[in-house]
Amino acid sequence: MDFGRISRRHLLQGGAALTLGAAAGARPAFAADTTIGFIYVGSRDDYGYNQAHAQGAAALKKIPGLKVVEEEKVPETDAVEKTIESMINLDGATLLFPTSFGYYNPHMVKMANKYPKLRFEHCGGLWTDKDPKNAGSYFGYIDEAQYISGVVAGYTSKSGKLGFVAAKPIPQVLRNINAFTLGARLANPKATTQVIFTGDWSMPVKEAEATNSLIDQGVDVLTCHVDGPKTMVENAARRGAFVCGYHTNQSPLAPKAYLTGAEWNWEALYPKFVKMIAAGESIPNFFRGGLKEEIVKTSPYGEAVSAEARKHADDVKAKFLSAEGYTIFKGGLVDNKGKTAIPAGTDRGQKDPELEKMDYLVEGVIGATS
Amino acid sequence: MADGSIGLWTVPLAVLGGAIRVSTPFLFVSLGECITERSGRINLGLEGTLVMGAMSAYGISYLTGSPWLGVLAAGITGALLGALHAGICSLPRVNDVAVGIALMLFGTGLAFYLGKPLIEPTAPRLPAIDFGWWSDIPQVRAALRVNVLFLIGVALAPILYWAFRTTRWGLLIRTAGESSDAARAMGHSVLLIRLRATMVGGFLAGIGGSFLSLFYPGSWNEGLSSGQGITAVALVIFARWDPLLCLWASLAFGGAAALGPALQSVGVTSGYHLFNAAPYILTLAIMIITCSPKRTLTGAPAELSITR
Repeated sequence: MDFGRISRRHLLQGGAALTLGAAAGARPAFAADTTIGFIYVGSRDDYGYNQAHAQGAAALKKIPGLKVVEEEKVPETDAVEKTIESMINLDGATLLFPTSFGYYNPHMVKMANKYPKLRFEHCGGLWTDKDPKNAGSYFGYIDEAQYISGVVAGYTSKSGKLGFVAAKPIPQVLRNINAFTLGARLANPKATTQVIFTGDWSMPVKEAEATNSLIDQGVDVLTCHVDGPKTMVENAARRGAFVCGYHTNQSPLAPKAYLTGAEWNWEALYPKFVKMIAAGESIPNFFRGGLKEEIVKTSPYGEAVSAEARKHADDVKAKFLSAEGYTIFKGGLVDNKGKTAIPAGTDRGQKDPELEKMDYLVEGVIGATS
Repeated sequence: MADGSIGLWTVPLAVLGGAIRVSTPFLFVSLGECITERSGRINLGLEGTLVMGAMSAYGISYLTGSPWLGVLAAGITGALLGALHAGICSLPRVNDVAVGIALMLFGTGLAFYLGKPLIEPTAPRLPAIDFGWWSDIPQVRAALRVNVLFLIGVALAPILYWAFRTTRWGLLIRTAGESSDAARAMGHSVLLIRLRATMVGGFLAGIGGSFLSLFYPGSWNEGLSSGQGITAVALVIFARWDPLLCLWASLAFGGAAALGPALQSVGVTSGYHLFNAAPYILTLAIMIITCSPKRTLTGAPAELSITR
């Protein structure tokens, strides 16, 4: 890219010169020396959300001709705009992956408007027609993998009491809790999931306390939805409980206690994106998928998983992978207050936008959203 | 009961367990800060010291395989950071509060930078002593798995209380804190006394950090402290610079931290944000009850920049 002639002072002046420079320098398709920028909200080796993205970035690094630049711990504020600017203007990035939810609006949308020839791919956002065409949002239906974890947990639990350490009662988290519980009830119709909300994405002491409290209540299989599952996994394993992982594979932390887990599969998706761009295809602005689309995956079964559990979980997985698919949130679903959450007869398939507004916990979950 | 659940008993048990598990970092940092503040200086940088201690303890434990060497390394790191604080504050017209804030940012930043490669590996942890052997209820046994550092901290509080009153060193620290002129008239270097007091304070805070990464929650990550160092510094004021009160206050804060999750686990689900805020509500309540417009804070060292 032709930024050699732009001095540091010009960079600081920003504005028009930058936009022109970027517009002149941007390439229509990916050439041999393409640079891709990844931005993470936390540390990229947190055994969690950020590590999953970093594994995707690592898969791109292996492709010859691609250069990957990364920045960690970028807050969801103006700071991400500065990071994007410097990745574009100093490193020459032409494809950007701001991976955290809060980067999307207004920060990434603003940058996408400013650099219309560059491509922005955001994880988790809801792209709408009003947003710039060079921006896109992708996300995975990880509740499919949580559903399978639930099946395995339902078979493994002796007490029938499962535990869920969650950060905040937002739709994505509630969807995971509900899918996990519905999966567990396939295996054991009497199974319950006790949920504890810690209040924030990374609260190690609260997560450890929540884990201990759940186990004190007789819970013997736990899973979580927090940024770094390491605390829950290690503390639960120390108390002799089983765990299902989240975000990435945590089995190295607790090989005996680890049953299976819901993982992101960004290392399959990101190279696919790059190939689509190189071939001149456009990535859909609103991109979603689950197990079938290889956006999420399940961890290999641990040694404690019985043959019966494996078989049932594999059957469910095969249904997700089949052409007609599988619906988790079927009609007639009742929430844990006894109200009808989904009226009988209306199945809510994965792509149903109603599911992205979920505000209830299903029957079998002990806990409340507020 | 047949299914191994203990029902509502979880709550008092979790608060007891929490008081034992969560309080240790509060205890060490507040006792350390108590020594430093009694000598007439405030070290707000202990949050940074705590995080540096946690990181260095985890790193040394991982590299050498001995968690106790990790604890020692955390203490030494803390003492060095304390020496840095005291060294800068020895210069004329330096504000100790401002230096403390700078060192807090420096400590956490440095720990995050050096700690990057330590997030993934698993280091050997400190052992626990099983005080629940008499009980056949697993929940009670789990709550009573006590770490030696906690016992050391509990023993340290009365020792410090006694030392401040009766030993030569305790009296010297207090003299430096109450009237630096008097200490100087006695022929002692106030700066040297404060240097040593700040180093000892840093040493203890570093050990408090090692508990976080080597025992509970028991691994290194960047959200590990989430402000516990700062809370502990505030605890000292709350405890009126009295080591014994520091002990009770730390236990109360530890128990209060366990309250939110424990109540949710027995089904009290409404208002969990309020229960999570219990430690802070407790502080505010006690501050309001004990404050008086007619007198200054009782027990405050006279040389402290905030009370002067």
